[in-house]
Amino acid sequence: MKILIVDDFSTMRRIIKNLLRDLGFTNTHEADDGLTALPMLQSGNFDFLVSDWNMPGMTGIDLLKTVRADPKLANLPVLMVTAETKREQIIMAAEAGVNGYVIKPFTAGTLEEKINKIFERVAG
Amino acid sequence: MEQAIVESERLAQARALVASLEAGDDAEASRIIKSFPENTEMDLFQEVGRLTRELHEAIIGFAMDDKVVQAVQHEMPDAAERLTYVIEMTENAANTTLKAVEESMPVSEELAQVSSTLAAEWDRFRDRKMELEDFRALSEEIGGFLTLASSHSKMLHDNLSEVLLAQGYQDITGQIIRRVITLIQDVEEKLVRLVAISGTARMNEVKKAEVEMAGPAVPNIEQGDMLSNQDDVDDLLSSLGF
Repeated sequence: MKILIVDDFSTMRRIIKNLLRDLGFTNTHEADDGLTALPMLQSGNFDFLVSDWNMPGMTGIDLLKTVRADPKLANLPVLMVTAETKREQIIMAAEAGVNGYVIKPFTAGTLEEKINKIFERVAG
Repeated sequence: MEQAIVESERLAQARALVASLEAGDDAEASRIIKSFPENTEMDLFQEVGRLTRELHEAIIGFAMDDKVVQAVQHEMPDAAERLTYVIEMTENAANTTLKAVEESMPVSEELAQVSSTLAAEWDRFRDRKMELEDFRALSEEIGGFLTLASSHSKMLHDNLSEVLLAQGYQDITGQIIRRVITLIQDVEEKLVRLVAISGTARMNEVKKAEVEMAGPAVPNIEQGDMLSNQDDVDDLLSSLGF
């Protein structure tokens, strides 16, 4: 399972990376915004994308839309991990095709639950 | 243009003055001389009047600028609230971290102390200097230590995970502080403009982003329809068919 973590704060990337390692996912890579993430996704055979929303360059929602519009990446499971809690924004992410939405600050349990749910659904 | 008219008028007055002096008409000459300072004063008053009016208009324009009104009425008090929240978050994170560290220190010390005691005993056994009775006691102690090591290392791992998660404050507070910086820069820009008035008040078009990102939720700040926890987010998503 190859996972890309996209967040402009390196501390948050480290937290998510460590939590994922605890859950048994050791093949994780990092990018600090959508613009850096996109070429990695296009050439990297990633199985899962974890992205923040509010980032300079390209935001998480634009990254999500771009991923969904790319035939090669359209089916990539995407988990949004963000401090954006506005109802309107969550609805927008859902409409753009996000697979899960975790709000910061979050617990290890929440992250695990959402990831498991996404993979159950992808498998089923 | 105005300047040119003023100059040609003065030139005409000067010629008239010379002419009246040459003609010996003192009354006319002094009338002309007296009219000079009055004119200059009039110009000065007019100029002061113009500047006052422009300044007044600029201040009104400044006050009517939506972004400034918004900044003064909402964003400034909000900024104070946001920064107070930053203090609260950093304090909580520090307390969580310190608590986990304080709990972990004695645990790791106990592991170190028991294992060094056992190591000494173990050496005695390996050197065949141990009686059977003592070995039975040692074996029991080793069994107990293994249970202790397993529960203690789990406790250490849990505390480390807590420390790890507590670092999330850096991301959230960073985002909040960034917003306050943007606000300060906006206000600074407006103030600089007010100070540097050069005639006309320029009004900036208020640009609105397509979807405005609300940023992290801050307690006691009106930020629109914000969801307060993960359960609310899950409920909303499940209502959307997730």
